[in-house]
Amino acid sequence: MIKSDFYTFKILRYDAKEPKKDPYFALYKIRVIPGLTVLGMLLRIRDEIDGTLSFRSSCRSAICGSCAMVINGKIDLACRTQVAVFETDTIILEPLPNFEVIKDLVVDMTPFWQMYEKVQPYLVRKSPEPEKEIYQSENDRKKIDQFVNCILCACCYGACPVLNRDENYAGPAALAKLQRFSADSRDERATGVLEKFNNEQGVWGCDTVFRCIDACPKDVRPTDGIVGLRKTLLKNKAKELLGVKEK
Amino acid sequence: MMLNHDILIVGGGLTGLRAAVGLCDKFNVGLISKVYPVRSHSIAAQGGINASLANNPDGRDDTWEKHAFDTIKGSDYLGDQNAIEIMCKEAPGVVYEMEHWGCPFSRFPDGTIAQRPFGGGGFPRTCFSADVTGHSLLNTLYERAVYKKVKIYPEWFVTALCVDDGQCHGVIVLDMKSGKLIPVRAKVTIFGTGGYGRVYRNSTNALINTGSGIGMAYKAGVPLKDMEFVQFHPTTLIGTNILMTEGCRGEGGYLLNNKGERFMQKYAPSAMELAPRDIVSRCIMTEMEEGRGFEHPLGTYIQLDLRHLGEKKISERLPGIRSICIDFIGIDPVKEPIPIMPSQHYSMGGIDVNEKGASSVKGFYAAGECACVSVHGANRLGGNSLLDTIVFGKLTAQAIEEDLPKSKLKPKEKPLLALKKEMEKKINALSQPGGERPYMLAADLGAVMNEKVGIFRTKKELVQALDEVIKIKERYKKVSISSADLHMNFELQNALELENMLDVAHTIVLGALLREESRGAHFRRDFPKRNDKKWLKHTIAKRSKKGEPLISFKDVKITKYQPMERKY
Repeated sequence: MIKSDFYTFKILRYDAKEPKKDPYFALYKIRVIPGLTVLGMLLRIRDEIDGTLSFRSSCRSAICGSCAMVINGKIDLACRTQVAVFETDTIILEPLPNFEVIKDLVVDMTPFWQMYEKVQPYLVRKSPEPEKEIYQSENDRKKIDQFVNCILCACCYGACPVLNRDENYAGPAALAKLQRFSADSRDERATGVLEKFNNEQGVWGCDTVFRCIDACPKDVRPTDGIVGLRKTLLKNKAKELLGVKEK
Repeated sequence: MMLNHDILIVGGGLTGLRAAVGLCDKFNVGLISKVYPVRSHSIAAQGGINASLANNPDGRDDTWEKHAFDTIKGSDYLGDQNAIEIMCKEAPGVVYEMEHWGCPFSRFPDGTIAQRPFGGGGFPRTCFSADVTGHSLLNTLYERAVYKKVKIYPEWFVTALCVDDGQCHGVIVLDMKSGKLIPVRAKVTIFGTGGYGRVYRNSTNALINTGSGIGMAYKAGVPLKDMEFVQFHPTTLIGTNILMTEGCRGEGGYLLNNKGERFMQKYAPSAMELAPRDIVSRCIMTEMEEGRGFEHPLGTYIQLDLRHLGEKKISERLPGIRSICIDFIGIDPVKEPIPIMPSQHYSMGGIDVNEKGASSVKGFYAAGECACVSVHGANRLGGNSLLDTIVFGKLTAQAIEEDLPKSKLKPKEKPLLALKKEMEKKINALSQPGGERPYMLAADLGAVMNEKVGIFRTKKELVQALDEVIKIKERYKKVSISSADLHMNFELQNALELENMLDVAHTIVLGALLREESRGAHFRRDFPKRNDKKWLKHTIAKRSKKGEPLISFKDVKITKYQPMERKY
């Protein structure tokens, strides 16, 4: 339900080009109508009130992953958040945590992509390619389904308490991506490749407090991925101790 | 500072990434994108990609020739048949290639890539990954680009294309993070910059789909083709116009009017809901105009009913649609029909190129939605746009790989530096206070295009639209932005893109006004019949020195399919 005709948006503003100026909350009062999303309001604020406001946006339909931010204390995509869901007519917007701010709600995603690249986020094949598709059963396809749905919006990265204290931790999105490939029946990466993440900066760093699951707008459960990777690593270790050779 | 590449690719969607992956082993390639590549609008494609794999038990007799025929007929015979044949022949190969690179396609019980029926196709040949096929394909190509270590410049915004003396020299780009304006010199520049949906107020397109790449090329003297052909998707969510994939109907969804009738029976008795998009959109509009729509505060609508498919099928095949409906309109399609209306969806027209992606300007190529080969003609079939992006991204790369080593092209610094100065001046002028804010003009443009250059068109309205677009172009000369900052200044970006949008809109309206016939998505109430004698030809728009579009025409390439009446 819309709480009043006019809503107050408090937006945390900062410009890394002017480091001497402290971050501050700017206030915008704007008329709302039912059905409007936080992104819709941000666009109107930039158009009609303050052209200097910076935030990212593109698809407006929760698939491109551009507009992750903190909305009244909760991390979510601005495009899929209706203003009417809150019990208040004040909406506070802050940039995604665990990142440096470039300007206002735009954060520097570089560390996120660096971690993503570290997990070798692509299908590794050693066998010669078949003439047609590589067969995959419906069940095997289902095993990677939730991880395939990740839109790399970094909501989970912003929510992760481990990243908050250790910036070298790979983070939920990157590890979920690793599991997406590790669990893909078509992937042929050497089991040793996972060893890189067999440590506190990798799969053992996770506190398993599920903040990433709460934050994910696409119902991906990164913790499932991390736990899956832990199991694979333990299985590999057991095989090694028993002297089972890798194929 | 001047950046140099052999090959510069603009656009991080499927086309740009596919071209980059094809060229990066042999050449010094740079890929510039105004967003991180996985934010590109390819990500939003839902339904699938067409290829005659014949995996579906109901489609064992499918062949690329049948795919080509469906595409030609779907194009209302405006598509170039040689190019369509190439695309459909390439289709199975590129789908297998994407699968080998990791694309998580949905599967049939026998482990092959799943395929479903789509509009205008005689066979179930649309390969899919649930209802997030674009997402799956784009991630796969981005993953491939990471594997190949393609040099990517994310959040670099191209402000102008540099063409001088009939040759392309590169672009002027704004690094949005640092705020630096940088000339980039390249022997070859490829645009994969996407469509022009956002010149309309109501569109399924992402906010970034301004068509500014097309406008930039046009401004630099590259001709555009068939700009009047704009696709309106039949089923978009009321209010937000978020796409409800054709896959909804491919999986068996119904369209219902307020009498509870599957009204498509009246218009396309054999294809029903799976008639091509131009036809279904017009039928929905007619139902609504004749009072058989439903009323809602967000507008008149028609129902897309999936309930009879059951929860299991909806959750498996259309999970994205279900969550969009719940998030954006509070409706669960398992329990309630989806309120839909047609809205702008795809740009058939674009930069005039051949089947190798080459334009008439040396060193400048384009592919994907920003280009017009033409493989979609007057109406694109669902499942052919993803195909177009990957096939022509690949073929453009192949053509450049063959031609570039033999080429004597030497891109020059001087015109790039001159253009950079010009851009600095322009930005400075925009930053002068006192004028109208750019969003006002963008809103007026969107309204004109929506109301007067829509699904049904008339001479009277098109003349008015032309007049209004020209007036907005005049107003643009005095537009003002709030800040002269160059870093993360989205208002500046909007203002620069708006100029290109106005040019693009001008060519759409003029093309629509001149084309006195109805073909595919271009429907003139005052000329309701197709006229092959006069209009079986492409419209070419070139910018005159004064800035007006000059229109000429080009023959359609016909191989073996003579135009017939289009019945479904």
